[in-house]
Amino acid sequence: MFIAPHIYTSSPPWVRTPQGKVAELRQELNSGGKKDKNYSAKKIALKKIVANMTMSNNDMIALFPDIIDCMNLPSLEIKKMCFLFLVNYSRMKPEIALKALPILVNDMEATNPLVRALALRTIAYIHVREYVEATVQPLKSLMGDLDPYVRKTAAFCVAKLYEHDRKMVEASDLIDRLNAMLKDENPTVVSSVLASLVDIWGRSETISLTIDYSSASKLVSILPDCSEWGQSYILEALMSYVPQDSAEALLLAERIAPRLSHQNSAVVLTSIRVILYLMNYIGEERHLTSLSKKLSPPLVTLLSKPPEVQYLVLRNAILILQKRPEVLRNDIRVFFCNYNDPIYVKVTKLELIFMLTTKENISVVLAELREYATEIDVHFVRKAVRAIGKLAIKIESAAKQCIDCLLDLVNAKIPYIVQEATVVIRNIFRKYPNQYESIIGQVIQNIDDLDEPEAKAAVIWIIGQYADRIENSADLLQDYLATFHDETIEVQLALLTATVKLFIQRPTKGQQLVPQVLKWCTEETDDPDLRDRGYMYWRLLSSDPTTARQVVMGQKPPISAESEKLDDRTLEELCLNVGTLATVYLKPVQQVFRSARTRRLQYSPALQKPVEDYSSSNWQFQTPPAGPNPVTSPTAASAAAVNGSATTAAGNTSAAVNAADNYFNSVAVGTQQMAALDLGGREDGGFGGGGALQTQYVVNQSQQQAYQPHLAGGAATGELLLL
Amino acid sequence: MLSGILIFNQKGENLIFRAYRNDCRPRLADIFRIQVISNPQVRSPILTLGSTTFSHVKHENIYIVAVTKSNANAALVFEFLYRLVLLGKSYFGKFDEEAVKNNFVLIYELLDEILDFGYPQNTETDTLKMYITTEGVKSAITNNPTDSARITQQATGALSWRRADVKYRKNEAFVDVIEDVNLLMSATGTVLRADVNGQIVMRAYLSGTPECKFGLNDRLLLDNDAAGPGSANPSSGGRSGGGGGGGSKTRAAAGSVTLEDCQFHQCVKLGRFDADRIISFVPPDGEFELMRYRATENVNLPFKVHPIVREIGTTKVEYSVAIKANYSSKLFATNVVIRIPTPLNTAKTTERTSQGRAKYEPEQNNIVWKIARFSGGAEYVLTAEATLSAMTNQKAWSRPPLSLSFSLLMFTSSGLLVRYLKVFEKSNYSSVKWVRYMTRAGSYEIRF
Repeated sequence: MFIAPHIYTSSPPWVRTPQGKVAELRQELNSGGKKDKNYSAKKIALKKIVANMTMSNNDMIALFPDIIDCMNLPSLEIKKMCFLFLVNYSRMKPEIALKALPILVNDMEATNPLVRALALRTIAYIHVREYVEATVQPLKSLMGDLDPYVRKTAAFCVAKLYEHDRKMVEASDLIDRLNAMLKDENPTVVSSVLASLVDIWGRSETISLTIDYSSASKLVSILPDCSEWGQSYILEALMSYVPQDSAEALLLAERIAPRLSHQNSAVVLTSIRVILYLMNYIGEERHLTSLSKKLSPPLVTLLSKPPEVQYLVLRNAILILQKRPEVLRNDIRVFFCNYNDPIYVKVTKLELIFMLTTKENISVVLAELREYATEIDVHFVRKAVRAIGKLAIKIESAAKQCIDCLLDLVNAKIPYIVQEATVVIRNIFRKYPNQYESIIGQVIQNIDDLDEPEAKAAVIWIIGQYADRIENSADLLQDYLATFHDETIEVQLALLTATVKLFIQRPTKGQQLVPQVLKWCTEETDDPDLRDRGYMYWRLLSSDPTTARQVVMGQKPPISAESEKLDDRTLEELCLNVGTLATVYLKPVQQVFRSARTRRLQYSPALQKPVEDYSSSNWQFQTPPAGPNPVTSPTAASAAAVNGSATTAAGNTSAAVNAADNYFNSVAVGTQQMAALDLGGREDGGFGGGGALQTQYVVNQSQQQAYQPHLAGGAATGELLLL
Repeated sequence: MLSGILIFNQKGENLIFRAYRNDCRPRLADIFRIQVISNPQVRSPILTLGSTTFSHVKHENIYIVAVTKSNANAALVFEFLYRLVLLGKSYFGKFDEEAVKNNFVLIYELLDEILDFGYPQNTETDTLKMYITTEGVKSAITNNPTDSARITQQATGALSWRRADVKYRKNEAFVDVIEDVNLLMSATGTVLRADVNGQIVMRAYLSGTPECKFGLNDRLLLDNDAAGPGSANPSSGGRSGGGGGGGSKTRAAAGSVTLEDCQFHQCVKLGRFDADRIISFVPPDGEFELMRYRATENVNLPFKVHPIVREIGTTKVEYSVAIKANYSSKLFATNVVIRIPTPLNTAKTTERTSQGRAKYEPEQNNIVWKIARFSGGAEYVLTAEATLSAMTNQKAWSRPPLSLSFSLLMFTSSGLLVRYLKVFEKSNYSSVKWVRYMTRAGSYEIRF
């Protein structure tokens, strides 16, 4: 499967068998002899070897001994190339690599600081026990080197050693020494030490990282003297500072705010993260408002960055908007899509548009969404149509406007638009009973165009619900029933319920259909849900028709368009992770990255939230390894039970969600309806196996699903990487 | 942080593989090739599989990929990838497959220097070029610890972007104010969105360690000045001298611009800007982007476009597009290109223009109308007709927006002007400064 080895220069063609090539390079490496004073022949040969390291399938490893021989030559250029080779291959041939160890150890005492740093950096990359052991002593002295460049290299070196052998590092005094280096007078060294400490902290259960106010204050004061990357490391570390006092938090936040004008989006987003975090410890409303105001402009300005950064910023905007709705309030137009935006940017902008739409700007937004509904990308068009329907549910006063817009689109008779529109119109009926039923006729017209299960289920729901108003409802149902056995389970469930509704409302029409459908559902299906629901209806109808009517045609629980909101716990956690990968997925960090450390707001007297919520802040959600959907009831329930008194916010949520779930399952088509409410909907859902529970993460999930097909594919692909 | 950096060509050959951590295994290259390069469905720049995340950018004909484990700082990852592209461009002119293949050693050397354990280190081109060059390591450094010490100070110092020993016979600074004006106009002629993304690029050829102060007609700053006790020094504009900056003083006094937001090169002292909106900095040597800004109020749109597009049945589309230049007749725009979308099933087109040339580009589904020089106040018209071929499945035409590109010198859509640029250096030399303004089309789209 690999490609034929690439030839690096246009020099005379080499023999192409691996052995031939290796032999040739070896010969070239050893040519030149004594006459070659500047080792130029060696340099050329080494360049070819390095070039072939990645390109030719590890054939170059055969040259390892020859490379070791070159290492002692007095040329930094040659040395550098040899070291590259060493780092690349030492793991495969540790016994040969050992021969280079004395050279590296020796170099760590060189007079030239660049050479010292190079040797130290290289030796610490090599995952061979003898190397790791040989690094410790020299490292200790290099941590106190006179040259700052060597010291910053040494700082990272501790984290490297920790990766190789954490027991050894924990047993030594390296981490204490590293801590002491925070007093260094060079800002670059300090930021490197912090990066190294945060790295170690991220992988250790035993080490905790705490920063007090005076250190935090000192760190903020050196920010301007650090490189952009150094600033990011410092800001990242500041997340470990827990303010004990509102005034302290405010002062730091204000001193960090100038960083929001930095060109580097990592600095800006990490600053936003720290400021949002500090805001949890600030009491006074007016300070919060003034800080919030500072967050909007940089977010919008980052939208002129390359699309990948835009995407990240937009995902974070979704998050920040939920946490601090006052941010970005007046900026809806900047999220209007450009025709050439990549699809992942467009879809995220669409979500933001939906979130920012209000009574006041709905007309502008609808005009914009209509425009999107005529674009080429099917996925995007569907989302636009869905957004229109969701807006009808979100903003009651604009419902009529949205419906008109939808009907307009339906009239264009583009199949996927019609299907999408049917689904959202069903939700509108559901939300506003007895208001817009006059349009049923127009919706039913397109019944033959529907071929997707979700759209079919939606139209079947409409037929069932309004069986008494639709003249030919029985015939329409009959048409669908003819292919009952070929339909998906979603459609079958909808058909069952609709038939029962028809029977209740028009017994004469329904009486032939009902027994037949009940029989199919109870005797000829393998699906337990369908069978259970069939039996339930059967018993209900046979025992007490009045009650049956009350149950089947009863009042439905209200629906809202806000189902995509993150739950408080996830929101809190993600706000502590602004700018990281988890914010792209908008999922709890541990759900995406099992080994990642969770962050929670730490309690302090200044924290602006009731203490109870945080009494159990060390309670962690155990994600079942295989299932990407963590709220699956058994685990969540038992986890909550184990924790006994620690009924956390999340525990309550999951219990509530479970209860709601049970309830919806009992109410005819509740599940589908709930799930159908989100922008993405179920056609690209199915992430964790479906179910109403998913509504919790809907927006993200559909997003994710659309572009991350393999992540969703789940364990199978994931397993590949469980190294 | 980063576990590794990989570079691929379009065929999926792995050109560069540099691991920084033990968890970056060689087979990850195969996984990226299979899951991203050969998978046309993947449209996201971020792909997470298990606990491994691939973040990539495409540049020229190569993929540059960062591998991370766990919940990494994604902003940092992408900023770094783009910085790598920038470095590549400054070292090789063009950063593409050929450049990579011709410079394996240099790229590995750079990657070893700019990332340590996956953490970005100093990425300033100027500093890096002191000791990593296309001619290999400078021999001076090899044997001379003092020279090396100078480099290490530079790489870890507070002014990591500037060498101390810069010398010029003639001290000059060039300032380019470049604005991208974005417009989105609805079919009914309403402006849905109009804003300006500005960029100020400076080329500083200044000796020593110069402290620069830079003044714009920023409304907040001017308000501050007015409030302060006579701090608005009218002579300050005089020193800006040179080129087009000459007349700026009077005009700047007349109007000021509200900058929505500014972002600065790391040399700018952000604390000072935050406190009193003074832009002060020690510039890197040579060209760099001093700042970016955004303006949304009172945007001057250089061109007004009025398209009339009629679909006649299913066989023909008629166009009449009028475009008018909305700037002073002393100025003229160059390279004005208007792209007028045609339906996908266009068979042939005929077009007539009152100025410039129009041509149908079937591969883009566009009529492209080019006007090389467009004087202020002028108005030109294109009339065209597209004949459509019959299609079996009659799908409505999506009518993508009409788009414009142009560049217009000595004009800023936001109205921004440079009021002064002062240079202070201990040797107290005098310096010449030049200012140039240009407005370009960013995303300038008109729906019809």
